[in-house]
Amino acid sequence: MTAPIRLRGVSKSFGATHAVREVTLDIERGELMAVLGPSGCGKTTLLRLIAGFEVPDSGCVNVGETVVAGPGRVVPPERRRVGMVFQDYALFPHLTVEANVAFGLSRRSREEREALTRGTLELVGLQHKAGDHPGELSGGERQRVALARALAPEPELVLLDEPFSNLDATLRAGLRREVELILRDAEATALLVTHDQEEALSLADRLAVMREGRIVQVGAPEEVYGRPASRWAAQFVGEVNVLAGVARGDGVETELGRFDLRAPASGTVHVAVRPEQFELTVRHDGNAEIVAREFRGHDVLYRLRHEGGRTVLVQLPSLELYEVGARVFVRPAPAAVTSLVD
Amino acid sequence: MGLRRRLDGWAVFTLLTALLVAGPLIGLPLSFLAAPDSISRFSGLVPEALAATAVLLVGVGTGVLLLGTALAALVSFCDFPGRGWIEWALVLPLAMPGYVFTLFALGLDLPGIRSEAGAVCVFTLVLYPYVYLLARAAFLAQSRALLEAARGLGLSRRAAVLKVAVPLARPAILGGVALALMEALADFGTVNLLGVRTFTDAIYRVWFTALDRDAAMQLATILMSVTLALLLLERLARGRARYHQHAARGDVVPPVRLRGLAAAAAVIGPLILVGVTVLAPLAQLGVWSVESIQDGLLAPEFAAAARNSVLLAAVSALLVPIVALLLAYGVRASGSRAAAGAARAATIGYGLPGSVVAVAVIVPLAWLDHRIDAATGAGLVLTGTVIGLLFAYLVRFLALAWGSVEAGLMRIPRRLDEAARGLGADRLDVLARVHVPMMSAGLATAALLVFVEVMKELSATLLLRPTGGDTLAIAVWQATAESLFETAALPALLIVLVGLLPVAVMIRLSGRRGAELEAAQGAGAWAEELESREVVTA
Repeated sequence: MTAPIRLRGVSKSFGATHAVREVTLDIERGELMAVLGPSGCGKTTLLRLIAGFEVPDSGCVNVGETVVAGPGRVVPPERRRVGMVFQDYALFPHLTVEANVAFGLSRRSREEREALTRGTLELVGLQHKAGDHPGELSGGERQRVALARALAPEPELVLLDEPFSNLDATLRAGLRREVELILRDAEATALLVTHDQEEALSLADRLAVMREGRIVQVGAPEEVYGRPASRWAAQFVGEVNVLAGVARGDGVETELGRFDLRAPASGTVHVAVRPEQFELTVRHDGNAEIVAREFRGHDVLYRLRHEGGRTVLVQLPSLELYEVGARVFVRPAPAAVTSLVD
Repeated sequence: MGLRRRLDGWAVFTLLTALLVAGPLIGLPLSFLAAPDSISRFSGLVPEALAATAVLLVGVGTGVLLLGTALAALVSFCDFPGRGWIEWALVLPLAMPGYVFTLFALGLDLPGIRSEAGAVCVFTLVLYPYVYLLARAAFLAQSRALLEAARGLGLSRRAAVLKVAVPLARPAILGGVALALMEALADFGTVNLLGVRTFTDAIYRVWFTALDRDAAMQLATILMSVTLALLLLERLARGRARYHQHAARGDVVPPVRLRGLAAAAAVIGPLILVGVTVLAPLAQLGVWSVESIQDGLLAPEFAAAARNSVLLAAVSALLVPIVALLLAYGVRASGSRAAAGAARAATIGYGLPGSVVAVAVIVPLAWLDHRIDAATGAGLVLTGTVIGLLFAYLVRFLALAWGSVEAGLMRIPRRLDEAARGLGADRLDVLARVHVPMMSAGLATAALLVFVEVMKELSATLLLRPTGGDTLAIAVWQATAESLFETAALPALLIVLVGLLPVAVMIRLSGRRGAELEAAQGAGAWAEELESREVVTA
């Protein structure tokens, strides 16, 4: 059992741009962690610092029991035992699928190399494409080759840089599941970088939300979603209504009604209420009017104008549809628990 | 506390190599400091050389400008029987070194050839393809809309070409003229054999007759500054040419079908030109070669010269692309701006006359030689052997290989380097396992170009060859100078035949789509063809 991946106070600037600031992060063995943030937040730089393509200005990075970057010590990428799956896959066009997968195994014995190559190709289900060149493969197949190539040398950590952004939306969900299963089968430790919150929430064991070079929250998907650490984090991970209210013990009174609080509080506060934490009923003497409706298949997102003047987002199952212009009564759903935000 | 990147090995390697290659050239002007009045002892040489150089620049510049542009316009805007063939036949003179054509002209005893006018004619005939190729690429890249607009404004077709197409192609044409003039300045064999006293000739005489190295270096410095001025002109023109070519894409000017006399003239004119410049000399050289073998006129050193030429060319073809590759990769792997600048400096040797390079490298090499000799008693291991000559070839032809190597390397995304590093490959592994296999075609091209150029090289070889180290080029020059034309013929023939190789490769690469083009004159096919031509002629 090796030690996990550890980052301690890692910073990196490019000229005046502070790409990564004081990042501290642990990744447990066998864990699938996602770094989620808007583009330009420094998440790709973070990945490159771990892979060794960039050298941190300060802080240190541990892979297994080795310090790979720290004061006075920089281990080059080829000796870090960190595999990487690139956004555009970066497959070697002059090599076959098999040779691509075997690329990182050149220092192994012949038998070991062949066994690992065959085993990894089977893991990703591409043994029948072993002799093809990358140019002959579909996007999804290329991605699986890139994954197999990164996994074959049995790295301590696999990094995935926006792995699904090059694929059709229709393929994405299926491939996401497939990649997750492959990573779990291989018992790999993986760090995935993405700006797609749905991807991060559905795939990762834990996620780290990143903003302007800093990690603002780390936790399990349901925790990050349900207990956002800040207004920004709440807004970035899904849709949210931020309501002002007066907290008294384990509840908060807002203009839209009373919500339970996760932790007791008192005084004037703001709470983050997710759109699905409301209920609607059509009533002529309702307190809001439906302004817009966005049909999403399994559910519907309504935009309401509350009589107080504010806009409220409400998400409901699509079992029953309400028309735009309808007068409705909006109130907290039973058991809607909210968290305080700044 | 910040982490320090350790001193990067590749950056250091690149800087040192670049310094080694560019150092002698940069040091050349120092000769004015070392012995300020050397050149005054040869005070007659400089005005004479300047005058001859001015005549050559004006004469050859005008000649290649008119001939190259006219031929390019003919094949770009007109259609006539056999156009596809003629288009490429017009490139063939590229394979003919000036001194070989001079051998042919002297052997036939053409009247008035031993003069500045004669030299201008020879250079115009063998150097116009530079203008022709660049102008043709520019014409073919022009959009038909512009020409049609000109005609809509009342210009005749001929006037539209002259007033719109030619001015638009001006950067490309000027670039071609500058390249041709650089070649003319670099030439030693032609001017020496024709008795035209230019700088290369003066350097040779000061070197071998007066044995004054300082004066030779100072002459070389003057010649280098003229060449660098032309090089600058070419760079500026090429920068603008790129802009022009990419401004227009898609609709290509449809050629006008010539009929009757015009068509006959369009076929016969270029055929006569190529016949005179390439076919007749080749035939004559063939006849002389056969005679020389039958009559036992072949120089006894012929076999040794052929072996020397092939060995020097082969070693250079291996060495120069490898150095270019390591240099280009050093820039890429280190990401160092200093290394990139140094590498650019290392490629200025291209276009510089072989005599300049030879004079520039000999001084540091001789200095080093004496140190080594004093320390070990090994004798003159650098200047007394082929090592000095190979080094001069490296300085002179590095840029030639650099062009194809760097272009090939730039096409490989950096992501692939990183992917390989992440998979345990160190930087040398990346080069060997990813880059070299992916750019093997570019490396082969570089090797071929260097091989051919070394086979043709005369002036540096003449100054730096070790005793008994004559090459085919020197054999041609010596025999021609002694009017032994039959003896000169076979080595000259071999040089031209080898020189045809890259031209043939170029035609093959471009002509591959030629047949399909005849069949489908669709816009798509044209655009594709255009792209391939741009690549080849770039």
